[in-house]
Amino acid sequence: MNLTLDVWRQRHAGDQGRIVRYQAGGISPDMSFLEMLDVVNEGLILGGDEPIAFDHDCREGICGMCGFMINGIAHGPERATTVCQLHMRHFRDGDSLTIEPWRAGAFPVVRDLIVDRSAFDRIIAAGGFISASTGSAPEANNIAVPKQDADSAMDAAACIGCGACVAACPNASAMLFTAAKVVHLGVLPQGQPERKGRVKAMVETMDGLGFGHCTNIGECAAVCPKEIGMDTIAFLNRDLARSAVLTGNGRA
Amino acid sequence: MSTLLETKTGSDLDGKTPTGPIEERWDRHRFELKLVNPANRRRYRVIMVGSGLAGASAAASLGELGYHVDCFCYQDSPRRAHSIAAQGGINAAKNYRNDGDSIYRLFYDTVKGGDFRAREANVYRLAQISVEIIDQCVAQGVPFAREYGGLLDTRSFGGAQVSRTFYARGQTGQQLLLGAYQAMERQIGLGTVAMYPRHEMLELIVADGRARGIVTRDMVTGEIEAHMGDAVVLATGGYGNVFYLSTNAKGCNTTAIWRAHRKGAFFANPCFTQIHPTCIPVTGDHQSKLTLMSESLRNDGRVWVPKKMGDSRPPEQIPEAERDYFLERKYPSFGNLVPRDVASRAAKEACDQGRGVGPGGRGVYLDFAEAIARLGAGAIKERYGNLFDMYERITAENPYEAPMRIYPAVHYTMGGLWVDYDLMSTVPGLFVTGEANFSDHGANRLGASALMQGLADGYFILPYTLADYLAQVGPQPTDGNLAGVTEAMAEVGARVERLLAIDGDRTADSFHRELGQIMWDHCGMARNEAGLRKALDRIPELRDEFWRNLKVSGTNEELNPALEKAGRVADFLELAELTCIDALHRGESSGGHFREESQTPEGEARRDDEHFSYVAGWEFTGVLSEPVLHKEPLAFEYVHPSQRSYK
Repeated sequence: MNLTLDVWRQRHAGDQGRIVRYQAGGISPDMSFLEMLDVVNEGLILGGDEPIAFDHDCREGICGMCGFMINGIAHGPERATTVCQLHMRHFRDGDSLTIEPWRAGAFPVVRDLIVDRSAFDRIIAAGGFISASTGSAPEANNIAVPKQDADSAMDAAACIGCGACVAACPNASAMLFTAAKVVHLGVLPQGQPERKGRVKAMVETMDGLGFGHCTNIGECAAVCPKEIGMDTIAFLNRDLARSAVLTGNGRA
Repeated sequence: MSTLLETKTGSDLDGKTPTGPIEERWDRHRFELKLVNPANRRRYRVIMVGSGLAGASAAASLGELGYHVDCFCYQDSPRRAHSIAAQGGINAAKNYRNDGDSIYRLFYDTVKGGDFRAREANVYRLAQISVEIIDQCVAQGVPFAREYGGLLDTRSFGGAQVSRTFYARGQTGQQLLLGAYQAMERQIGLGTVAMYPRHEMLELIVADGRARGIVTRDMVTGEIEAHMGDAVVLATGGYGNVFYLSTNAKGCNTTAIWRAHRKGAFFANPCFTQIHPTCIPVTGDHQSKLTLMSESLRNDGRVWVPKKMGDSRPPEQIPEAERDYFLERKYPSFGNLVPRDVASRAAKEACDQGRGVGPGGRGVYLDFAEAIARLGAGAIKERYGNLFDMYERITAENPYEAPMRIYPAVHYTMGGLWVDYDLMSTVPGLFVTGEANFSDHGANRLGASALMQGLADGYFILPYTLADYLAQVGPQPTDGNLAGVTEAMAEVGARVERLLAIDGDRTADSFHRELGQIMWDHCGMARNEAGLRKALDRIPELRDEFWRNLKVSGTNEELNPALEKAGRVADFLELAELTCIDALHRGESSGGHFREESQTPEGEARRDDEHFSYVAGWEFTGVLSEPVLHKEPLAFEYVHPSQRSYK
C-alpha cells in the first residue's frame, strides 16, 4: 500500500507547529498503524530528519500511552480500538490521512503527536483511590461484593487513561475519564466511606485543570477504546448532586 | 571468548537466608530487622526507579510509612508501566476452593516449577505473603472476578492442579497496577511521594561504596540531572527486549539494571529467559512486538498440528484422525496445561518437523471447537471475550470459527540483578525488586506468579528490609556534592554526545533487530555450544559496528526518540553477550534454558544438579574483559530435587 500522510510537526510546546506531508510506501496491510509510522520514521532518521514523535509503549491496547487523531477521529476509524491495535488493512491503497495530536487546553503538546496528560494523574491524586494503607486490609472474603457490582466496577475500571475522550469532546471535558473512576470505586462496598468526598474532590480538580464542562454530547463514549459508557457520567452527576446535599465525610 | 573451562570464578555469594524451620524464617527475620522511628522516617529519601507493580506498591507503602520517595519512570504516567499488560491472574494460597491448596503447596509448586534453581527460603516467603496480597488488593478496590454469592472466584492456571489464581477478566495486571498506582497517587497528593515521569535513569551513583542516587535524562528537555537519596531501588522490569521481538512493551529495556551491573551489582542467571507458548505468530519483517494470548486459553483450547508434514489444508478440512494433539499425546496427565517451557519446546519441535501451520510454518493451532460445542459460545465469550477480540483485531481471523494460530515468544526474564534475602544487591544500598531481580522463579516462572512476586516485594518485603538498611546507615546528606556525582553525570553526558556524534548509516532499530535475531537463533528456545559460540563471535562485531555506524538524528536538548532508543540498544548489545556467556557456561538444561547437549533419550530437559545447582552471579570487569562468575550454592532442605515430569 502507498499512503499520503499529513502529519502535525511541532518541535516543542512553544513552537507554532505545522502540517508536513510524507509519502508512506510499501506498507503491508498486516502492519499496525504504529508499525507504519515506524517505517516512515526509519526513513526520516536515515535522511538526517527527526522522526515523528508519538507516544506508545505496550502496543497491545492496554497501557493507554498511544493515541492521536486520524482524519479527525480519536484513535482512527475502528471502533473500540487504540491506534496500536489499528491495522492498515482497514485503509485503502492511495488513502490520504491527516494525523494530529489530541487537541485540548489541559493537554499541551510536548512534541509532534505527544501531549502532556499529567492532568489525569492529578485528578486521580485528588481522590481516585480507596485509602487502604498496606497491611490494614481485612481478610479478602470478609467483603462480599455482588457479582453484578463487581462486573460494573470492572467495566468502568477498564479505562486506560488514553485521553481520547477529552480529544473527541467539543468542550475538551474529562468527564468520562473522571466518571469511570468514580463508578469503579463508587459501586464497590470498599469505596463507600469516601464516596461523597471523592466525587467532589475529583470534579473540583478536573475543573481547576482547565478541562471543559460536560454537556452530554457523547462523542467521548463513541471513541473510547474500552467502550466506557455515558451511564458512568450519569452516575457521577447523581453522586455529585448527592454529595452537595448530604453532609460529607470530612474529605474535600 | 569465554568457554566452560575458561570461566573465571570468584568467591561464593551468600544469600543471607535465615535458618531454622522454613515456615518461621520470615517471621523471625522480620523481628530481627531494625526499625526506623516513625518521627525519623521523613528524614530519609528513597530513590525508586520504575512504577510498575513492584515500584508503585513499594513507593506507596514507603510513603504511607512516612519516608520520602522520589519515583521515576520513562513513560508519561506511572500508570503505563508494563505490569499493566499482564492478563491471566495472580496466585495466592487462599485455598478458597477447598481443593488441597496451602502455602506449602504453592511453595512446593514454585520451587519445582522453577526447576530447582530458586532459593527455598525466598519462595516460601513469597507463598506466605501471597495471601496478604489478595487482602490488600481487594481493600483497594481491585475488581476481581466474583461468584454469584459475592465471594472471590479463582481459576486453575498454567499447569497448577489447584484453583488458586485470582483474576480480573483478562486484565488482572491492569487492575492490580491501577490499585498500586492509585495508592501511590494518594501519597503524591499527600506529599510523601514525588513523581518524575518521562525521566530515564542512565547511571547509578555510588559514593563511599554505597548506592546514593541516580543520574537521569529528562526526556522532554534533555537535561541530565542527579537525584540523591539514602537508598536506591530498581524496579525496572525485565530485559526480554534483548531479543527485539517479545511480549514486552516497546520501551522496556535493560539500561537501569545494566548500568547498575557496570557499577558493581552482580547479574544473576541472565540465560534464564521465559518463552511463552501462546503468542500471535510473526507476520512479517515490519513486526515491532509480539502479542501474548493469555495462558488461561489453554484451559479450554486444545493445541494441535497436522500429523502429516507440509499439510496445507485449512484446519476444518483436516479430519480428527489426521490431527496430532501433541501436548495431550506426550503429557497425558497435564495435557495442554504443561508448564510454559515444556509447551513452547513442544511447539517448536512440531514446527521444526515441518508440521507448523500458517505463513512460514511457524505456528500451531489452539482450537476451541470442542469447548464451544461443550459449553456454548456464550460461556467461551464470557471467559475469553476480550482475548478473542484482540486476536481478531490483529489477525483478521475469527477464533470462534477457526482455531487460533499461536507460536512461542519471549515473555519474561527470570534472571536479573542478584539480590540477597533482603532484596539488596551486591552494592550496599541498592535494592532490586520485581522482574528486575532474579530471586524467586528459578529457571522457569509459573503462570500468575509474576504479579504475586512484584507485589510481595513492594508491599510486604521491601518496607521491612529497606528500613533495616536505613536504620543502620542513618540519614545521609543529599546535597549532590558527594564524590561520584560529577563523575557519573559527566559519563552520561559523554555517552549521549558519543551516540549523537557517530553519524553513520544504520538506525538503532536496525541494530536491535539484528541483535534480536542472533539471540533468538542461538540463545532462544534451544541452545547449543556451537550456536552460542557463533553468537559470541557475532555480538561484539555488531557492537563494534554500532559504535562506528549508528545514525541518530536530532540533538540531546529536545524530546528525541532516536536518541532514547540508541542508548537502550547500546546496553542490550552488552547484556546479550553476558546472556550467551551464561548460557554457554550452564551446560545443563533447566527450566527455560534448554541445552541440546543435556537431554534425556525422550528429548526432555536433563538437569545436572551435581554441577549446576547454584545461582550464577556475574561480576562486570569491563566490556572487553571476561566477567567473573560468583556462585551461590543452592540447598534444598524441603523440596527434594527430582526430574520434573508432566507425563
